Order: sequence, then structure tokens, then C-alpha cells
Amino acid sequence: MKPLMQSERFVRFAAPLIVGAILVGGWEFACRHWQVPVFLFPKPSDIANSLMGDAPTLLAALWVTMRITFQAFFCAVVLGTLIAFVFVQSRFLEISLFPYAVLLQVTPVVAVAPLIIILVKNTQAALTVCATLVALFPMISNTTIGLRSVDQGLANLFRMNRAGRTATLLRLRIPSALPFFFAGLRISSGLALIGAVVAEFVAGTGGRGSGLAYEILQSGFQLDIPRMFAALFLIALAGVSLFLLMAWLSKLALGGWHESEVARES
Amino acid sequence: MFATNHVEAAISAEADAPPLKSMNIVDVLSANKIYADGTEALAPVNLSIAPGEFLTLIGPSGCGKSTLLKLVANLIEPTDGRLQWWRGGFDQVGGEGRRLAFVFQDPTLMPWSRIAGNVSLPLDLAGVPRSRSGPRVAAALKRVGLEGFENRYPRQLSGGMRMRVSIARALVTDPDLLLMDEPFGALDEFTRNKLDSDLLTLWWERKLTCVFVTHSIYEAVFLSTRVVVMAARPGRVHRVMEIDEPQPRGDAFRNSARFADLCRQLSSWLADASLPSSVTAAS
Repeated sequence: MKPLMQSERFVRFAAPLIVGAILVGGWEFACRHWQVPVFLFPKPSDIANSLMGDAPTLLAALWVTMRITFQAFFCAVVLGTLIAFVFVQSRFLEISLFPYAVLLQVTPVVAVAPLIIILVKNTQAALTVCATLVALFPMISNTTIGLRSVDQGLANLFRMNRAGRTATLLRLRIPSALPFFFAGLRISSGLALIGAVVAEFVAGTGGRGSGLAYEILQSGFQLDIPRMFAALFLIALAGVSLFLLMAWLSKLALGGWHESEVARES
Repeated sequence: MFATNHVEAAISAEADAPPLKSMNIVDVLSANKIYADGTEALAPVNLSIAPGEFLTLIGPSGCGKSTLLKLVANLIEPTDGRLQWWRGGFDQVGGEGRRLAFVFQDPTLMPWSRIAGNVSLPLDLAGVPRSRSGPRVAAALKRVGLEGFENRYPRQLSGGMRMRVSIARALVTDPDLLLMDEPFGALDEFTRNKLDSDLLTLWWERKLTCVFVTHSIYEAVFLSTRVVVMAARPGRVHRVMEIDEPQPRGDAFRNSARFADLCRQLSSWLADASLPSSVTAAS
């Protein structure tokens, strides 16, 4: 037992799994013991059954949601990074535009979504716009801070070696910004998913091409609670996968050198 | 960079320069520095740096020694007065036989770049192709005793090794004038002595001109051919000590009575320099 428990890698995977197993087991047991009706609170086994039974529709819905999430995330990363570059180039532009970036951030997407859905004809596009709005701000602010947080000594070194604007950007500013950029990616990817789900709740698209939010709404109307949980489970799974993907990317880019990604040595 | 010959010709004619051999590398001509908040970091200073000398600036904190070094590096500009490099403007710097390198107080390495990448940075920025910079990087690392560390990241090295990388990066451009701002200040005494000896050997073998800022009396005496003692508020040159101890110097010099005498002398001058000057009687 001891050697296995001492392995950091093993504990890292095993410990959360054990906690999960206990929680799910306790949930199943409690529901059976007190005979909680399925329409009030379904057992994990009911949810699993529903997930299996409705797999085609639910997976199709997951695909729709994920597509919107990725589109929005992509737009947020591209736009956010571009805006950050603009901010860094000119103090004046930053001062003039930053309040509007904040305005964008503090306005709840639920409140803006109906407006966007009216303005943008294509529902998918409208949902993407909403999710982009939610995911945009962390990219702007993180990348801006990153591009600004250049070590002064290194900046002097570049100046002394008569480095041009482009060389300084590529060799100094961008590498300095990477840790902040990746922190932004982690926040932003999660927000893109939240934005996509929330916007769909508001839009309430029906028929074909609807996402997981619609499945949840629909299941609620039909009192098909296990299906509702199944859809919820898929959303959570998608969120976790996104987070892991970003963590992996971050490790890939910063693993060799940045303190946050370097394995503890002791 | 390519049009400097005309400028040089014009300035030489104007300044009626002496023959090339005795030409000073840097002339500080009544240069001072007053910062925007009114503090006078450096009162007008006159100082000439001759080729091949090892000049050390020493003094209490606030004496403007770093400011003076930064003026020489053209990292800041004087408020009044001016500086000459090779009897010309700063555009004289950079050509063959006129290269300048600066070693900062901290190693200032790029954490995302491997040691080889850090050392080759000045060459990369100058547009030297990898095929030609590779051997020079290897040679510079060998000179500071870090061969085989090319593929490490800075965080994998100790403080002393990082400082060596920083020096290798300065050496890779084959500088003629090496400016160092308390480069070993953060290191333990043992490492510092070792690096001092290595630096001195390097200076001697490569006929460098060094300007070195330090807090340490022993370091100043061991390294220098000339020590400039500075005083504070406002920063100014207090006294100058010439040390004609022959090269190469080694531990024998460190343990000699002469070394102790020089240290004692320098120490008393520094004590004078640290006294509150009669001009600034306030506070």
C-alpha cells in the first residue's frame, strides 16, 4: 500500500476517483434506501440508463454545444489577443477603449442575448456572438497584462543591442506574455462553454440543431429528470475536458521554463 | 552604422584628436544627472577611460556610481554636459574594435530560452546566422566554464552559474569595453572570489577595458588598475586610487600585506566619502 500511496502520480488520479466513487455510491444508496421518486431526484443508475438510451440525441446536442463553444472560444482568443496588442501599442487607445471592454464584461449575457438574437438572423451565429462576448474579457485583460509585464532588465538588454520593434515583440514581449495568455485560455475556455449554454437557454432554439441547454429545458418540461441530469453530466464533462485540454496546452508551452508548470523538486 | 566614418572624420577634425593609440575609449565631460523629481544623482563629473584599464567605481549607496555607469552605457542621457565614445557620439560604438557589452546586477536571462539561446541573443539580434553564431556561443560558454550546459534552462542553474551565463552573453559579441554593474553582489564570498579571478584572467588575456561597479573594497582592490571612490548627495568623484600591482594577480596578491594596506587606505577614503558633506547641512 505504502509505495503506491507515495507515488504522486497515482494519488493525483486515484484520490479524486475514490471521492467520486464514494459520492456516487452514497447517492445511489440514499435514493434506494429512502425510495426517492425518479421525477424528484433520480439515482445515478437512472441517469446512466437515460444517457445510454438517449445517446444519439444527447450526443448530437453535445456536438452542437461544443461547436458553438469552440467557435466562440476561437473568436475570443483571436479578438482578445488582437485587442490586447492594440492596447499595448498605444496608451491612448487603451485609456479610451478599456472602459468599454469592462462594460462588455459586466453586462450579463442573459440580458444582452435577446437583443443579439434579434439582430443576428442566424441563431447559431447569434449564440456564438453571445458566448464570444462572455469569453472575450479574460483574454483581453490577461494578454494585455502579459504583454506589459516585461522584465525591465531584459528590456534594457534588448535596447542596448539595438533590437527593433518586431524583434522585441517576437523575442521578448510575446514570450513574457505566454504564462498570462495561457491563464487567460483556461478561464476563457470555461466561459465560452457557459456562454454557449446560457445563450441557448435564452434563445430556446427548437428542432434540429439544438444544443444541450435546449435538451435540459425540454426534459424539464417533460419531467424527464434523468435525461436532464444526463445532459447536465455531459455539459460538466465537456467543461472538464476543456479545462484539461488547456492545462495540457499550457504544460506543453511552458513546461520547460515557467515556475507554474515546473514539477516540484524536493 | 555604415555612415559613421564621415561623422568620425568630422568630429576628429573638430576635436583635434590625438593619435589613435592614446585615444580614450570614453570621455565623460562635465556630465551630470538630475532626475525629474529634482534629486541630483550625479554632480558634474569628468572622467576618462583609457584602453586596457580596469576601472572600478566604488562608494556608499546613492553616490551615483550606477548612474555614471549607465551614462557610459548610454542607457540614460546626461542632464548637462556630454560623453564621447572613441572621440565621437554613441554611434561610434558597435564597429570593429569598438564593441560594448553590459553585465547587469542580476543575470537578466530569458527564462523561456535555453542557455545557448540566451547567450546567442546579442548575435541573433544583430542578424548573425545560426551557423556562425553556434561556435561563438560554444566558445563563450567554454570561457566561463559552462560547456555542456547549452540545453539547460536558466532555472536549472545556480545563482553563480546564471551570472556566468550573463557574462558569456556579454563576451559572445567580442566586446572591447565591458561594463559591469555589481555583477557579483548577490553571490556568496567564495563564488565571488572565484568569478573575480576568472574575470581578471579574461580581462588580461583579451585586453579588455572594464568599468566595474561594486560595494566591495576587496573586490575593487583585487581587480582594478584604478579605483574611483565616489561620495553621495550629490553623487561625485571623491578620490582616485591607482593600483599598479602587476598582472596576472592571484591569491598571492589577495593574501599580501600590500593588498591589506590598499584595502585599509581605500576603506578610510570610503569612510571620508560617507561623511555628510558640509554643503548639505540640512536634516
